[in-house]
Amino acid sequence: MIQTPALEFRPILPEILLCTFAIVGMLYEAFARRPDPVPHLAIATVGILAAVVSASALWHWTGSPYVMGDTVAVDKFSVVARFVLLGAALVGCLYYAHYGSRDPGSFRGEFYPLTLFATAGMTLITAANDLIVIFLALELLSLSLYVLTGITGRRRASEAAMKYLLLGAFSSAFFLYGIAMAYGAATSTKIVGVAAPGIVQALAGQTGSRALALLAMALLVVGFGFKVSAAPFHMWTPDVYQGAPTPVVAFMGAATKVAAFFALIRVFDVGLQPLTWDWTPVLYALAVVSIVVGSVLAIAQRDVKRLLAYSSIAHAGFILTGLTAANSTGIRAAMFYLVAYAAVTLGAFGIVMLVSARGEEQTSLDAYAGLARRSPGLAALMTVFLLSLAGIPPTAGFIAKVTVFSAAIGAGNWPLAVIGVVASVVAAYFYLRVIVYMYMREPAEGVESDEGAMPRIAAGVLAAGIVVLGVFPGILTGVLEPASIVRW
Amino acid sequence: MRQHLLTFTILFPLVGATLIALVGRRIDDRDTRILALLTTLATFGVSLLVLRDFQTGATGYQMVDRASWVRSLGLQYLVGVDGISLWLVLLTTFLFPISVLASWKIGTNVARYMVAILVLESAVLGSFVALDLLLFFLFFEAILVPMYLIIGGWGSGNRVYAAIKFFLFTMAGSAFLLVGILFLYSRSGQLGPPSFELGRLTQVAGGLPVPTARWLFLAFFVAFAVKVPLFPLHTWLPDAHTEAPTAGSVLLAGVLLKVGTYGLLRFNLSMFPQASIHFATFVSVLAVIGIIYGAVCALIQTDVKRLVAYSSVSHLGFVVLGIFAFTQQAVTGGVLQMVNHGLATGALFLLVGMVYERTHTREFAEMGGLAGVMPWLLGAFLFVVFASAGLPGLSSFVGEFLVIVGTFAVSHLFGALSAVAVVLGAIYLLWSYQRVAYGPLREEHRYLPDLSGREVAVLAPVLALLLVFGVYPSLLTRSIDPATCVTIEQVRSSQTCADVGGPVVPAAAEGRQP
Repeated sequence: MIQTPALEFRPILPEILLCTFAIVGMLYEAFARRPDPVPHLAIATVGILAAVVSASALWHWTGSPYVMGDTVAVDKFSVVARFVLLGAALVGCLYYAHYGSRDPGSFRGEFYPLTLFATAGMTLITAANDLIVIFLALELLSLSLYVLTGITGRRRASEAAMKYLLLGAFSSAFFLYGIAMAYGAATSTKIVGVAAPGIVQALAGQTGSRALALLAMALLVVGFGFKVSAAPFHMWTPDVYQGAPTPVVAFMGAATKVAAFFALIRVFDVGLQPLTWDWTPVLYALAVVSIVVGSVLAIAQRDVKRLLAYSSIAHAGFILTGLTAANSTGIRAAMFYLVAYAAVTLGAFGIVMLVSARGEEQTSLDAYAGLARRSPGLAALMTVFLLSLAGIPPTAGFIAKVTVFSAAIGAGNWPLAVIGVVASVVAAYFYLRVIVYMYMREPAEGVESDEGAMPRIAAGVLAAGIVVLGVFPGILTGVLEPASIVRW
Repeated sequence: MRQHLLTFTILFPLVGATLIALVGRRIDDRDTRILALLTTLATFGVSLLVLRDFQTGATGYQMVDRASWVRSLGLQYLVGVDGISLWLVLLTTFLFPISVLASWKIGTNVARYMVAILVLESAVLGSFVALDLLLFFLFFEAILVPMYLIIGGWGSGNRVYAAIKFFLFTMAGSAFLLVGILFLYSRSGQLGPPSFELGRLTQVAGGLPVPTARWLFLAFFVAFAVKVPLFPLHTWLPDAHTEAPTAGSVLLAGVLLKVGTYGLLRFNLSMFPQASIHFATFVSVLAVIGIIYGAVCALIQTDVKRLVAYSSVSHLGFVVLGIFAFTQQAVTGGVLQMVNHGLATGALFLLVGMVYERTHTREFAEMGGLAGVMPWLLGAFLFVVFASAGLPGLSSFVGEFLVIVGTFAVSHLFGALSAVAVVLGAIYLLWSYQRVAYGPLREEHRYLPDLSGREVAVLAPVLALLLVFGVYPSLLTRSIDPATCVTIEQVRSSQTCADVGGPVVPAAAEGRQP
């Protein structure tokens, strides 16, 4: 007789709620007479808030740390990730409600269910303790995002979606093959096994094949590298960022990076912990290439969305810099960085959406000329986000940069920190150039900014949060302190 | 109350900036200006209280204010002054009201401009008093943004290029500083909880192997050398100075450059004494090249603002030369020269700005004969030219003299070369005055107005101080000496402060003998 594991549903209640409300949204879309953003936004918001409540109940979880037959971990690490991801989803939904009301013809109600599904995949991936569950979650989020990318049906969006799908499928194959190799090495796909030995126990006890484990590591690096858009697996990023509708990019850019990095931390720092000496050089190399490629190629960009795409590649490199430390300081630094980065990305793309008032075409730098004169509020908010991306005090980006470099130097990787700081000077150049356009150029003719209140408030809250975190980072580090220790 | 005085000097401008940012759009531009002026005056008032409570002659940091800021990082809010930073703080709080007054005519985006100026003041003050290295770095980086906005937003001609160049040069230098600080921080965990405190990191630096300490010295050095700016990292300065609005140039020359020399003195010398000695010749050579190169470049400029900018390169070279001579006289002279250069060059930029407002040109070729039209303005100009050229009895003389004397004790060659540059300085300054004041007057300049009441209010305090510090330098030196002595003692542990004691300013400098 096959023994079924005892099921404890509370740890995955956030995901269950998200999927339930996604289905409700789909049903509404199917039966609604005409598309209307308001009910969709209401359904999605309720779903997200319900998920937040159920996730916060997990903060003081006293039960078994691994549930559902050891496939799902319950720890503060994943709760933090869920908060960030759900926040990103909420902001993305708010943005799209505004985006849809601006141009009712192109509004697609499917955005909301798809976003909820993607969010469910993202939150699940950060809690997954089994490579198979990680893969399932990865596919759930990826497939939703492929569709979201092309949701407007415009030519450029469709092209981006196609590119994303093809390259994404390719990377999924790598990932899957990596799982197979990991199973071959450890005869288990559990990261930490309680009932039976998982990957970490097998590798630590040296019962598995080391060669297969190294192969698995290499393949998993490719899969994760694609998702976090680390160079040289970044090829899709600029095209998708440019082609996809801006609310989708805001959500995707912030949330995918958070989810993929949290999963990467669990797989590498926990599962492949016995191979630390083998994977740190790999992450080191990825970090160097990402930082250099992202910072240098961004210089030539004249489209703000492409520019932010290349900057996201460089930021992936900075986060990897913290992770090369392979200790809890590095993990904490990366987590702080991810929270700050998610907030900045959401805010910056919110402004991009408001600036490109007429459709998707006005994302060139010229649309930002004289923005400070046209709408000083938007320009001020964008400046805060850009300064945070450049890592200038008093923003959260500065503290984030200091903590990741400090972690890397503490682990002896100071050459990487030198490369990082030099690249951040290069990066400062193109962030400054946007500021130059906003403050020091005359406004272009016929460009107008959107005056939408809701996205403005959201971006304002994010900007305030970034400054508060920059001045009082203790608020967040206090939360991350207990969350960064991944148990095994 | 007393121990929070420094915190108040940092906070006052920030409060003013917040206020202006909130109400600036709704009130008159004139009220915004007055609000900014009052804020800077209040800050100056608080800094005078700092001066009153400062115990002259005592060594070590005073009025130390400490609070834990980010516990998880070990970042502290830790500020304090000694005789070196005291005068730089006062110079800063003194020059800011003058700069606000000098920018009265700025008519576009007044609120935004004043916010930038006030935030800049906070950041500069913070970097002069911070005793925690990450805190210092925070302020050091925070200086960039407002200055960048001031140059880029209210400058002339090629302002965007100059602003970006300024930002990137300084940030590139400070990037290495950050790595250096984090490196020391990563080692500080061995002596208790990790911290960025200056005292602790100095201990850490003392225990490092010699090559590591030398690399760290260089990392710190690059950051400050860009800021000073030291040859060959000075190329951003002429552009930034030339394109910045008058107040921007005044503040850039008056206080921002001093952050660099202050950093060299405070951090490089005291944290890496052995490496400082090792690199002393190298740094001195750069300084001497800068002194002469700056002077020669100033000689050939046709743009009056560029001339003053290159003269800064030359004068700041003196400061660095003095600091790296490691003699009591030279270092004290260097600090004195920081203050004096801030006043003299600040005044020069103010005057150049006033001339420009009237003639709308900075080219020597398009000026001439102005002395007959604006006797008061040009009289003030002549006074400042003399002060800047180091005429005995005016402030710069004392500083330069002490630096040269102190350097001679170490190296005759450097002393002799820098003395030559003093002559060059007199040539280009007097020649520039000649080209502005005398010669044929252009027809369109015939009816230019002389100094207004506001302009007198701007200039008079600066000119008065140039005279006071020239005649009575021990006003400054008696509090500077103990502080420089501590630094020198750290570098050459053989010499103790007790040995040096007594008045360092020789009689020759006190009197009016050349």
